[in-house]
Amino acid sequence: MESMDEGILREFLAESLENAEQVERELVALEREPGDLKRIATLFRAVHSIKGTCGFFGFTKLAAVTHAGENLLGRLRSGERTHTPEMADALLALVDAVRTILGRIEATQEEGDDDFQPLIGRLAQLDAATTPAPIAEAPHADADSTSAGPTESSIRVDVHLLDRMMNLVGELVLARNQLLLEVAASDLAELPFTAQRLNHVTTDLQEMVMRTRLQPIGGLWNKLPRLARDVAAACGKSVRLDLEGAETELDRSIIEAMRDPITHLVRNAIDHGIETPAERTAGGKPAEGRLLLRAFHEGGKVQVEITDDGAGLPIERIRESALRQHLVSAERAARMTGRDWANVIFLPGFSTAERVTNVSGRGVGMDVVKNNVERVGGTIEVDSKSGEGMTVRIRIPLTLAIVPALIVTAGGERYAIPQVNLTELIRVEPSEAATCLPFAFDAPVLRYRDGLLPLLDLREVLHTPAVGDAPGRDEAVSIVVLHADGVTFGLVVDVIVASQEIVVKPLIEPLRQIAVFAGATILGDGAVALILDVPGLARHVGIGVRSGVPVAPEDATTSEAPLIPLRTVVLCHAGERWTVAIPQEQIARLEEIPRRSVERIGERALVQYRGGILPIVSLRAVLDLHGSPESADARWLGDRDPLPVVVHEREGRSIGFVVDSIVEIVEERIAVNASPAARAGFSGAIVVRGSVTELLDLERLLGSTPIGLEHTPAHAGKER
Amino acid sequence: MAGERLLCTFRVANHLLGLDIAVVQEVLRRQEITRLPLSAPAVRGIINLRGHIVPAVDLRCCLSLPAEESGADRATIVVRGRDDAASLLVDEIGDVVQVVEASRERTPETVDGLARQLLHGVFPLQDRLLLELDLEEVLRVAYA
Repeated sequence: MESMDEGILREFLAESLENAEQVERELVALEREPGDLKRIATLFRAVHSIKGTCGFFGFTKLAAVTHAGENLLGRLRSGERTHTPEMADALLALVDAVRTILGRIEATQEEGDDDFQPLIGRLAQLDAATTPAPIAEAPHADADSTSAGPTESSIRVDVHLLDRMMNLVGELVLARNQLLLEVAASDLAELPFTAQRLNHVTTDLQEMVMRTRLQPIGGLWNKLPRLARDVAAACGKSVRLDLEGAETELDRSIIEAMRDPITHLVRNAIDHGIETPAERTAGGKPAEGRLLLRAFHEGGKVQVEITDDGAGLPIERIRESALRQHLVSAERAARMTGRDWANVIFLPGFSTAERVTNVSGRGVGMDVVKNNVERVGGTIEVDSKSGEGMTVRIRIPLTLAIVPALIVTAGGERYAIPQVNLTELIRVEPSEAATCLPFAFDAPVLRYRDGLLPLLDLREVLHTPAVGDAPGRDEAVSIVVLHADGVTFGLVVDVIVASQEIVVKPLIEPLRQIAVFAGATILGDGAVALILDVPGLARHVGIGVRSGVPVAPEDATTSEAPLIPLRTVVLCHAGERWTVAIPQEQIARLEEIPRRSVERIGERALVQYRGGILPIVSLRAVLDLHGSPESADARWLGDRDPLPVVVHEREGRSIGFVVDSIVEIVEERIAVNASPAARAGFSGAIVVRGSVTELLDLERLLGSTPIGLEHTPAHAGKER
Repeated sequence: MAGERLLCTFRVANHLLGLDIAVVQEVLRRQEITRLPLSAPAVRGIINLRGHIVPAVDLRCCLSLPAEESGADRATIVVRGRDDAASLLVDEIGDVVQVVEASRERTPETVDGLARQLLHGVFPLQDRLLLELDLEEVLRVAYA
């Protein structure tokens, strides 16, 4: 019985909270169009339904407060009163009161002993008075009042999504049954096809299930109009807030994690970015400032942009204070562009504020915003134009449940390192060890670019037993350069195995005390690998917050890195979210071939090219990456027109690989980590633009697949 | 008859131990254990239980018994603790035994230290003693 009551109560809390949010939204909107009767009716209904349900539970305080609000709204609805800013303030205070009470009910099942009589009096006074009553206290929405409210613990899932998931599970069961039958009958000829089907169904199912966790960012957007209104009022500014892309979906937990950074950025933009109406008019701008928040999907990630049309960042002042505080070395400063300077505001300990106001001078700096964004695997950058405003751009992944990671071994055990924390992979040959890996007293360090990095040995940190596959003294050392929370350090591992997407599984509560692990994941062979928590690892060994060399990726090409040869690779998308790198020396040409010139002979696709015949195949089909059922067919070439094609030549013969898109050609000091466990067709992993990318070896790929340059047998594509 | 309970029994070293079947989820053969570095000594690692990550608790270590003799054929009992599932490493799985609650004796005073703290009581069977573990206490000690 008790659990059923609890269920009803939870439902009541969630519903009332939604209603309170709607009231807040409508109130702020009503201020723009005070006469909108539809909005007033919606407001009335929302307040009424909170009042109605709370009577059932006997929450008398909540009933009294909402009753007073309902009366006032009733007058508004019937036209006996007209809407005034004082009413909006009082009704917003009502929303705060409702949230406070709901929060108390959630925590203690009681209403608590806050006194809401003044508020009820104020509402009653507005209800009765013919002239607006003076404001007793200005409502103030701060982050605390929203976080004190009840948290939503249930989500709504689209029925169609569930239907499709159910369908996929059905498919999965069928495929499994088929597999069991075939294994029992040892029908090995059919096995590859069944395995492939299982692969496709599982991939799709995983995608669907992941999508059930996604929610529109609108849930976060909703809170902002009220915040902007209050902050603008507190600063004496006039701001119009526009929100675009509220329907953009991302994982609940990420929306939660983005709440504080986005709130902070909105406050900051209004407090420091947008000028006072007087300043704006003097500068020839409209008195009302504009703040635009946009969210949209791009390249498998969500981008959130916060743009204001204020004064922009004072680049000169940033330069001065950064140099004064020694946050940037003079040598590096000489090479920095205006945009680089703007991004200095994210360095720990930096502040541009000449005065600390109570709105955004709360000791939460931009470095905290950056850390929060990076903690969920995102990146942040700022663009500023003096006098015209600035844009903060945040790129965040859709979900935290599946993350790209690098698999390494230490002492024969496998560990996963999230790619967000990865800066570079380095391989030090024994002959270079003396110069690159000097010792400072007993502490090993890594000579890295123009600085020294602290060096950890993963085996030592984790006390792994000595096992045979650990490289000996005379073998090359593999080092993973990691960064987190402003710290950079090198981690010595035994072998860098591969880069892959992993499903994050949390450890149970008592085991989470071990700060060096962020969770565990199950690898392809069913074995469990622990996921390293890089910030936790740094804290565990006591690497200081500021001891690392600040990592600036743009330095990579300019500074000396004697160990690593300059290489050129072409980055291509082989699947929707799958980027591979192809060494330039293996590519004869990059072409765009119109679809209509593709001819088919049986299973093969050909084009007439430079007076000869060029066979073309889909790279995705050959690699069978995240295949949709179509891609498994070699005839399928993607849906682009023209087709982006990478032409490879060997012994006078050519073959064209159709890719999803050619991203860019990169010339960087790229260290290749040859890995014995690399998948067929790949020669290892490299770090390009901060993320691990697999390096394709077209020679090897052709060697391992029947799709050759010679007469390709029928079905070759299907059988890889 | 009232007060009857079923205990899932197992052997650790030369002790016959039991847990109420209500808290036992399943019994498995020896599982592949992934070592969990820096964990409490009684946590031998984690196992993959059909996609769930479950800690593997070494009962010998909890009970301050000597480490397993080589080649001991270890089995795994998956239990449902108050908060999370866990798996207990034991030497051998026994039968499910019916006991009468009234026949439960207090743990003898001579059982000392930690082991005493982990026992819920003792059931004298015909030929030997069946020691019932206090699961929550075992897990608390193991994770500490």
